[in-house]
Amino acid sequence: MPKATNTDDADGPDDGVQIDLISGERMQDMATMEKIRMILDGVHDGNIVILEEGLTPDEESRLIEVTMSEISPDEFNGIEIETYPKSGTRDSSLLGRIMGGDEPDAKLTVIGPANQIETLHKDETLISALVSRN
Amino acid sequence: MGLFTELKDSISRVTDRLFSEQEPKRIGIYGPPNAGKTTLANRIARDWTGDAVGTESHVPHETRRARRKENVEIERDGKKVTIDIVDTPGVTTKVDYEEFTDEMDEDDAIRRSREATEGVAEAMHWLREDVDGVIYVLDSAEDPITQVNTMLIGIIESRDLPVLIFANKIDLDESSVKRIEDAFPQHKTIPLSAKEGDNMDEVYDNIAEYFG
Repeated sequence: MPKATNTDDADGPDDGVQIDLISGERMQDMATMEKIRMILDGVHDGNIVILEEGLTPDEESRLIEVTMSEISPDEFNGIEIETYPKSGTRDSSLLGRIMGGDEPDAKLTVIGPANQIETLHKDETLISALVSRN
Repeated sequence: MGLFTELKDSISRVTDRLFSEQEPKRIGIYGPPNAGKTTLANRIARDWTGDAVGTESHVPHETRRARRKENVEIERDGKKVTIDIVDTPGVTTKVDYEEFTDEMDEDDAIRRSREATEGVAEAMHWLREDVDGVIYVLDSAEDPITQVNTMLIGIIESRDLPVLIFANKIDLDESSVKRIEDAFPQHKTIPLSAKEGDNMDEVYDNIAEYFG
């Protein structure tokens, strides 16, 4: 079972997996590329990044694009990302989209290095992931 | 900028928009790797132009760069629609060159993975900027509820792009079109086998209806 560790620990843990739990409040004033940089910097360090609130579709698209540009053989082979499925009650009408804008649904998103995280199970209320220490 | 120049620019923008209505719609073929996107693109292109779009292969990421077949005229019930087909690499969030080393030597596997990542990035950029509609191809023998599929459909919906979901490979015993219909009930799902050419009449009827 992975445990959260102190990100300020200069020496860092020799074993274990760091989990960054990022609040919606911390993300709300960030530009798209700031969010993506924060996520990918964490993942490059081997961390599991958990977002209290997910990304907008546009941000998800840019996350894939930037991830692709950073993949390199034997160093980084991409990300694993899991999010709870959209709620069936989400307002998808044109008016709803205009009023709601392109805001993320309040949904928890788990992002990690592709070589370290494996999704074992996902449904509307549970994401079960196996995280290896690589 | 002078008043006359501004007026000229304004008129030019309006006429550009009017003429753009006559231009072919750029229809992106998106989906996960190995869903049969290139097979479908080739089937459509061969049926209506006689030429193929690209090479098909069972090895993932055979299509590493988006390829466009322009001015494909599809005629249904006396009505003609013209589309540019854009065949894109399979979208994924990870590419590991070691997955290809069974099929090729390490240098080729690394080159393939590099080209694949560039192609996926390009395909995502095009989705935001440069397509008028989407054909989303899924392998009906596979579970459609994956994070990439859910994310891609969400991105397409957020851009208000017309989208048709094609449940490909219905010739396989494990195929389940209902599984796809249940996964994305908000969109029309059309069953087909691009390889065998099954149900292509319905495919063309729907392309003409959605993108014409």
